[in-house]
Amino acid sequence: MEGTVYCHKKRNLSGRLAEHWVVIVRWNRKIVTYLLFYSRDLTAFVTLYSHSPDSLRKVIAQVPEIRISHAPLQPEPGEKPPALVASVEASEVRGYLLSRGNSAIADEGFRWLMVFCALSIFGIVVLIASELVIRSKMAWGKFGFDFFYKAFIDTYTNQPQYWDPVNGHFSALPFLYGTLVSSFLALLLAVPLAIGVAVFLTEMCPRALRGPLAFITELLAAIPSVIYGLWAVFVLVPLLREYINPWLIKGLGWTGFFADDNPTGLGFISAGVILAIMILPIISSLTREVMLAVPNSQREAVLALGATRWEMIRVGVLRNARIGIVGAIILGLGRALGETMAVTMVIGNSPEIHRSLLANGSTMSSVIANEFAEASGDLHLSALMELGLALFIVTIIVNAFAQLLVWAVTRGAPSQAH
Amino acid sequence: MGVGIEVTNLNAWYGTNHTLQDINLHIPANHATALIGPSGCGKSTFVRCLNRMHETNPIARVTGTVRIGDLDIYDDCKPVEIRRRVGMVFQRPNPFPTMSIYDNVAAGLKLNGYNNRRVLDEIVEKSLKNSALWDEVKDDLKKKSGASLSGGQQQRLCIARALAVDPEVLLMDEPASALDPVSTSKIEDLIFQLKSQYTIVIVTHNMQQAARVAEKTGFFLNGRMVEFDSTHKIFTNPSDKRTEDYITGRFG
Amino acid sequence: MRKERKVRAGFRAWEDGLATGLAVLSTVLVVAPLVAIFIYLIYKGASSLNLAFFTQSPKPVGEIGGGMANAILGSAILLGVGSLLGIPVGIAGGIFLAEFGRGTKLANAVRFTADVLNGVPSIVMGIAVYSLVVVPQGHFSAFSGGVALGIMMIPTVCRTTEEMLLMVPNAVREAALALGVPNWRSVLSITVKTASPGIITGCMLAFARVAGETAPLIFTAFGNVGWSEKLSEPIAALPLQIYVYAISPYDEWHRLAWAGALVLIVLIVLAVSLVRYVTSRGVLKGAS
Repeated sequence: MEGTVYCHKKRNLSGRLAEHWVVIVRWNRKIVTYLLFYSRDLTAFVTLYSHSPDSLRKVIAQVPEIRISHAPLQPEPGEKPPALVASVEASEVRGYLLSRGNSAIADEGFRWLMVFCALSIFGIVVLIASELVIRSKMAWGKFGFDFFYKAFIDTYTNQPQYWDPVNGHFSALPFLYGTLVSSFLALLLAVPLAIGVAVFLTEMCPRALRGPLAFITELLAAIPSVIYGLWAVFVLVPLLREYINPWLIKGLGWTGFFADDNPTGLGFISAGVILAIMILPIISSLTREVMLAVPNSQREAVLALGATRWEMIRVGVLRNARIGIVGAIILGLGRALGETMAVTMVIGNSPEIHRSLLANGSTMSSVIANEFAEASGDLHLSALMELGLALFIVTIIVNAFAQLLVWAVTRGAPSQAH
Repeated sequence: MGVGIEVTNLNAWYGTNHTLQDINLHIPANHATALIGPSGCGKSTFVRCLNRMHETNPIARVTGTVRIGDLDIYDDCKPVEIRRRVGMVFQRPNPFPTMSIYDNVAAGLKLNGYNNRRVLDEIVEKSLKNSALWDEVKDDLKKKSGASLSGGQQQRLCIARALAVDPEVLLMDEPASALDPVSTSKIEDLIFQLKSQYTIVIVTHNMQQAARVAEKTGFFLNGRMVEFDSTHKIFTNPSDKRTEDYITGRFG
Repeated sequence: MRKERKVRAGFRAWEDGLATGLAVLSTVLVVAPLVAIFIYLIYKGASSLNLAFFTQSPKPVGEIGGGMANAILGSAILLGVGSLLGIPVGIAGGIFLAEFGRGTKLANAVRFTADVLNGVPSIVMGIAVYSLVVVPQGHFSAFSGGVALGIMMIPTVCRTTEEMLLMVPNAVREAALALGVPNWRSVLSITVKTASPGIITGCMLAFARVAGETAPLIFTAFGNVGWSEKLSEPIAALPLQIYVYAISPYDEWHRLAWAGALVLIVLIVLAVSLVRYVTSRGVLKGAS
């Protein structure tokens, strides 16, 4: 290294006389680098403790690479900084890029295409809703709001005729009843199990098992409805019919909810069980998410008070997550309300209302699935459409409410998926 | 060859925050100009106004005139056009993660529709040589992805990418602040070589760096440009007390 | 006092054990049906999986043999049409949400609407598409079935695309813009390309979910006992065929239903496992 040092004395703005030292050093024959001292400023190489140029020189002398000369550096003759690689194509590239224009049209066009597709999602929902409304106009015009809570009473037998395509009497009552009963039955069976699974997987399960078990729960959610139905028809229903139902009739028949008049094994119980199996994964995974969103500090706080593990879970986690768990349950309810195929295959499809849970019944979705393709007459079709519209509205409300609850709890908290 | 930049009455806002106030300066062609100042003083915002990147933020607003060469960049042309003539290197290296080294360097050309393979090969080689990365990657140009390099190499890759489109001006926003000292000195060498071909504006926290590479330096404080002069003068004999206080380390 | 505490502590310990036991029991009760279903499917269906199953159409009622080749082809066609309709719209919606509409009220509304669409029961989707497509057309068709399936794919694809695009760091977008790349090119060739593993995963997820849907097809594709390849004719579909066979009174058809169910479940499990594998392996980390 070679360098030059000079001192520049100046009265600075606060009036003091300061000495400013500049060391110009060149190394590698390529770069000229300035090391600056300003007043008592420090550099990486030399520490200056006084103003005196002698001490500076002494210090610099200790760094053998720097030779002090008093002449300012001149570039060595014949030496030029290495030229940058010659660029012949540069001007071609520049010219090409300058000619490209501003692509404002392409940008705007692309943006509008994306907006259009996003808006088409609106359009689809609006179309669906409007079609349902239009097609159910006939039934609405004929029955009005009575559709949902009144039924035609047969003058001869004094029995209500809920769904009579032949005579044009349509009432939604049996299907509302069926949907509600089967869904709530499913919830009754699924919620405790789902919460149990969620608690186990989140808090109790050994790490190694967590992945596979979570995967299995995910698989449960992926099984198509029709396969559940298939299995239910050939395995579940006979199982219930042979073993569970007689026990129910014997033990709980006195309540009036378990009558012995349906030998097929189809009915609300079967539908409730298969629905429970189907909505379990949803409730469970959402509960898990909500439980994971509870910060660890809550758990630790409860444990520090001397709680057992179950008490920690109950007080530290579940209590904090209860809003979200309610949301998960309602989401499961939303799924159960709209479930079609498995229910259709096991509920017996009879448009009547019986108190017995072992009786055949029908849900809104199952009657549509069964009768739509061969609907006799426009009124029949319109009545089915009106059922579909009712289902549509109810599921939207239920789902929106559930998502609001879940969002309120997990808001912002990243889901710590294992 | 580079061009000079003339900034007149530049004001910039982020929402209601008046980030830059009445900036006037002339950045000479084919020189390196450093912008120094404490954190948050607006120097990054200023540099982003020079290639209209500031307005990519929806709440940003700019008034004033910036002329690059003879082009008024706010009135005469669209942002896309300006950004093709002004290259930018960011604080953290940001190579395109899904592209190979070759594709990264050629990105500015390929994504604008340029397809001539022979010329692209030459330009990639030239740019990598100019950013002192050629020797290290010349065997893996198409095999290695841009993200698999070390930090210093990635930054040089970003410089090569910016150079490949042959800009007239090169803006560098604290290019070495995220790098180790060895990479930093390599990049400073680079800047020193490049400034004879391009106009370089470099934002830096490191005053020694400014002193090492730039001929002119501007000192920013709280959104205003306090002083703009030759580097030598700024560091040895500043006219404004605030500059002196900053340089002596009294604040910032 | 101490005795009470001891008793209380004993009770609490017992309660803890009970809770643990119940949780384990719940897990077992949840896993059991899955295992049962799988075992039963394999038991009932595997024996019927011969070459004829995959190559022949169903034979007339009463005859032994035949297969579900027409249903497998039908499902493939329906899913193809559905993907063609649903995936581009879904991805475009996701691009809008992440790149153009971030933070705007319109974006929130679109996201909410996509969630609404997701929650529509599949049977309602079926009758809506019937009203929209089948009635004007005058007949059931594979096209209408594809439309129904495509609409059902949109919300999943849209949400996943948005999530994946949001994971692309802003620095990458800025780098592209600073190079003077037009915005549309930057979004497509840089941002979307960086997020593409995740987007593809989302499409596979939507595909797997829709592959098993039956209800929307009952009144649109309608099913077909014979061989059909045309979009304008009713077409068979694997889940639809399984349903029809399952509720029929013929043992031979039951047998075929089990076999079809096994094929369907294997395909879906493969797809879901693939998705999980891709997500867990961090292929999505291409953006970092």
